Amino acid sequence: MSVKSSDAQEAWEPKILAFCCNWCSYAGADLAGLNRTQQPPNVRIIRVPCSGRVDPQFIMRAFQDGVDGVLVAGCHPGDCHYSTGNFFARRRFLLFQRIFDYIGIDPGRLQNRWISGAEGDKFAATVSKVTEDIRALGPNRKLRDEHE
Amino acid sequence: MKRVGVFVCHCGSNIAAVVDCERVAKEAAKFPGVAFSIDNKYMCSDPGQDLIKKAVEEHHLDRIVVASCTPRMHEPVFRRATENAGINPYLFAMTNIREHVSWIHTDREKATEKAIDLVRMAVAKVLHTVPLEKSSIPITKRALVIGGGIAGMQAALDIADNGNPVVLVEREPTIGGKMPMLDKTFPSLDCSACICTPKMASTDQHPNITIYTHSEVERVDGYIGNFQVTIRQKAKYVDHKICTGCGLCETKCPNKKIPNSFEAGMGNRTAIYKAFPQAVPNKPIIDAANCRKLTKDKCGVCAKVCPTGAIKYDDQDELITIDVGAIVMATGYDLFPWKEAYGEYGYGKYPDVITGLQFERLVNASGPTSGHILRPSDGKEPKTIVFIKCVGSRDDVKGKAYCSRTCCMYTAKHAHQAVDKIEDSHVIVFYMDVRTAGKGYEEFYQRTVEDGVHYVRGRVSKIYQLGDKLIVRGEDTLLGEAVQVNADLVVLATAMVPSAGSGEIAHIVGFSTDKDGFYQEAHPKLRPLETFTAGVFLAGACQGPKDIPDTAAQGSGAAAKASAVLSNRSMETDPLISQVNDAVCAGCGVCVGICPYRAIELKEITQRAGGKTIARRVASINSGLCQGCGACVAACRSGALDLKGFTNQQIMAEVDALCL
Ligand SMILES: Cc1cc2nc3c(=O)[nH]c(=O)nc-3n(C[C@H](O)[C@H](O)[C@H](O)COP(=O)(O)OP(=O)(O)OC[C@H]3O[C@@H](n4cnc5c(N)ncnc54)[C@H](O)[C@@H]3O)c2cc1C
Repeated sequence: MSVKSSDAQEAWEPKILAFCCNWCSYAGADLAGLNRTQQPPNVRIIRVPCSGRVDPQFIMRAFQDGVDGVLVAGCHPGDCHYSTGNFFARRRFLLFQRIFDYIGIDPGRLQNRWISGAEGDKFAATVSKVTEDIRALGPNRKLRDEHE
Repeated sequence: MKRVGVFVCHCGSNIAAVVDCERVAKEAAKFPGVAFSIDNKYMCSDPGQDLIKKAVEEHHLDRIVVASCTPRMHEPVFRRATENAGINPYLFAMTNIREHVSWIHTDREKATEKAIDLVRMAVAKVLHTVPLEKSSIPITKRALVIGGGIAGMQAALDIADNGNPVVLVEREPTIGGKMPMLDKTFPSLDCSACICTPKMASTDQHPNITIYTHSEVERVDGYIGNFQVTIRQKAKYVDHKICTGCGLCETKCPNKKIPNSFEAGMGNRTAIYKAFPQAVPNKPIIDAANCRKLTKDKCGVCAKVCPTGAIKYDDQDELITIDVGAIVMATGYDLFPWKEAYGEYGYGKYPDVITGLQFERLVNASGPTSGHILRPSDGKEPKTIVFIKCVGSRDDVKGKAYCSRTCCMYTAKHAHQAVDKIEDSHVIVFYMDVRTAGKGYEEFYQRTVEDGVHYVRGRVSKIYQLGDKLIVRGEDTLLGEAVQVNADLVVLATAMVPSAGSGEIAHIVGFSTDKDGFYQEAHPKLRPLETFTAGVFLAGACQGPKDIPDTAAQGSGAAAKASAVLSNRSMETDPLISQVNDAVCAGCGVCVGICPYRAIELKEITQRAGGKTIARRVASINSGLCQGCGACVAACRSGALDLKGFTNQQIMAEVDALCL
């Protein structure tokens, strides 16, 4: 499945990258698995120690590479394993959304959620919801590098 | 050339039922850098791990990727397998095709594609790994305990019994905390002082324990195993090395009307004083603010009468520095300042509205009334006593949202004591709920009800004075009718709050507090005794409201944790931490403020440039403190910081690989 082939328009499936912190949201994803909670297969997870580790350049690069949506998931505010990392993530996220809005990209392409290690259902629901949101927005054309 | 080996696990049929593992392995063989790729039924089993070893030998692999279950479970297993195969354990990447693929999808084609993507990402990541080594830091075999209540004493005794020296710092002139103030303790009603003062004495006499009373911790530097602590020993004006504790000075001191905080304000003391007769150390100090010699240079009686010449009016504060390897916080609690919040109870203007702690002193045989319950206003025995629970607790408008946990039980105790001590008494308890979870607690409460104590479910809305009676108005919500009691004494069960200055000491030691100011445990369920700062542990009511059994248990628990740290000469540290590229670092210091562990400092380096030696400042990571969250890395403006094991290059490679 290559998102870059433009003739695959009909078969287009959103490709979504999720950054999950090791302690909460990745554990939430694990729990969803343990509970066998079915989810759309569009999300690929990159495990990071903390949502505060997510550098804006990772997100930009993902969009340039042709990803249709990015989810950054961390611990609930106040529950960060590293006490404050998710606050930085939240601040960056808000800034990012404003930049997206400003440059004419739907801010919904970048989503931010707080999911604990006990919230398997919430993780699965988030994957479904984000997949539907991105599907509704259609393929990411504006941000991706066209070098083919 | 890097040579990656990829191992795809079936996990029996857990993965293989949905993912075509053979195809994943075949596809992986085509990824750049992959020299070998295979699927196997159980990678975590011994034969699976042997497979890695054999493949490394036969195919000269130098990096390993395992696609199986969650790395949160088996990453350590496969790191070890990698190491056993002769490869640095950090030249390894793991991807999760079970919890994140086979268990959540049914479409075999799509699941297999997803697994291939994930393996491609892991291969891209592992190509950018470098060998990492664990480092080791030395451990100072001494513990610091801050706060000398029952929690702190228990912790100090257990650590000391374990064979390690302990320094106990208490800011009051005596150790003991609240427990020696109490009369009897629920649920067994044994005399509090009788079980507490022997503990105080053993703490004092233990050869491994050094106590600093009337002292505070002023500064803490360093990290687990290597804390440097500065203690301020406040001036005592009495040389405790010479003083015999005979007490003559106290009997002669002319200033006798100073409210004694040990009596919860119900009794007085002198300016040179011991808080109570069994204080530890059993020697007085001078309260400088109330001493006529120290304030007005008059009097000087104590020096005149002291048979050993121990009085030292020119005594000064002293700073003491010690090195410790672990710290136990045991600073306890204070009571909610109800007078500031509860206008309906008179803001403290009625002398016969008192707190539970004051009631403890009234029933205590060594208290100001020698154990006779006499009301403060006129010294008469009250016949009708009203107890009001949840004053400041479970009241997020005027007080705190949380339950203080001890009040239901101590109010039952007080009500029982009132019935027991006062003939023809009439005792009423206003309550919201009765919470008596604990061994023997419910039985205790039921006995109190059988004693004839009248429990009324409802809140008191107003108290006012009429003649020598306190009119208490409330509602019985079970009967749905208004209640009025003409009381002689009202006792408020006020909420437990963090002790004064606990936020400051948390900041000094370097860990966080929760929304109510109690010390934040590292995990509410699984790590209740630890803080986020390695080597700093919690005991007692400083972590949240608690009774004595729970406090003592936590004291022992924190001691076990601290002893585990002290049991080693050195400890290994995880290499997955931040690193600085000095050449790129601009020394802006943004990372210093971001780090929640105070692991980053600016240090001066010198370098040669244009034939001259110049000095400049760069960030420097303390490997003992850094926990590897990576917040500093994402915030670094010049790109000088990186997180080992999760480098920018590695994550970028994963991102790129997703869209190949
Ligand atoms: C009215 C009342 C009745 C009670 N009755 C019972 C009962 O019958 N049974 C029962 O199980 N529990 C009872 N309790 C609860 C009991 O008091 C607590 O569980 C217990 O005292 C908690 O011990 P601790 O060591 O954590 O705190 P504390 O007893 O508060 O001790 C903390 C110590 O730390 C010191 N400290 C504080 N800050 C610093 C600092 N910065 N530096 C140095 N030292 C510091 C304080 O001076 C104090 O000595 C009662 C509580 C109240 C209010």
